[in-house]
Amino acid sequence: MTMIDFSLRRSPLAHRGLIARAASDAAAREAGVTLGEQPHRCQINLRGDAGDSGFLAAVEDVTGLRLPVEPNTVATVEDLSALWLGPDEWLIVGPGGREGDLTGGLRGALEGRHFAVTDVSEARTVIAISGPHARDLLAKGTSLDLHPRVFGPGRCAQSGIAKATMILHQLDANGDGADGAGADEQPTFEIYIANSFADYLWTWLERAAAEYRVAVTAG
Amino acid sequence: MFLISCPFCGPREESEFSYGHEGHIARPADPDSLSDAEWADYLFMRKNPKGWHYERWNHARGCRRWFNVARHTVTHEIRAVYKMGDPPPAIEP
Ligand SMILES: [Zn+2]
Repeated sequence: MTMIDFSLRRSPLAHRGLIARAASDAAAREAGVTLGEQPHRCQINLRGDAGDSGFLAAVEDVTGLRLPVEPNTVATVEDLSALWLGPDEWLIVGPGGREGDLTGGLRGALEGRHFAVTDVSEARTVIAISGPHARDLLAKGTSLDLHPRVFGPGRCAQSGIAKATMILHQLDANGDGADGAGADEQPTFEIYIANSFADYLWTWLERAAAEYRVAVTAG
Repeated sequence: MFLISCPFCGPREESEFSYGHEGHIARPADPDSLSDAEWADYLFMRKNPKGWHYERWNHARGCRRWFNVARHTVTHEIRAVYKMGDPPPAIEP
């Protein structure tokens, strides 16, 4: 198995110096949209039979995650999430550095079953979009129905934005308001975007967000 | 542009899908026994109706799964979306 040499990893947006551009907390609070990159996320593509309770239990043993079987939904436990990609396909995401233990653990626990575990962490970077106009910004570039009654916290979708292919995830509300009430006014989305499209999409997002006042955040 | 209801992901815009042409064409069980004309018919000849058409689509930008659609080629009305392997539903003209 080829291991990632972390010292050699370079984000596809590294040349933009985004951390040096990061706005103050006060400026970020005033902004209609904040944009930040979260590079080097661990991303494991998992294929298997959602109807096989042994498969689901083995994945839960390794990750703590009950794989979501409802389309376009996400299961999250601590710092790991499983995004539904299809009826037999998920993307397990977490902090960079977990690639080896997750792929090894899953392959061991699933041995003898029909499955595929593929480390795709190097394929995409993540752009986080937050703020009261985050939904308006996304709506300029995607045909997805983003109305909160359709697409809210804990939902994901594979789709397109500004003609690029993306995976979109709206994060769970983190205490912004009781019963997640803050999630609609201050939603946080993450876009998983292919490395080769990341620079293009960042340019598009920053220009499309200009009318809402955009601030760059460090992550 | 029209909406197609992926049987897995729900309604999405047409631009997320790719078209897979006529559905329900069975691969001959014994290709060696076919004449050239019969093989050519299987490979190349497709219906081109003005009206209801049973066809395959792939949710290329979503779950990447194939499925069947019954679509009217003039109005683009979609009367049925069903999974691969399911029989074509009857459509009232
Ligand atoms: Zn789909």
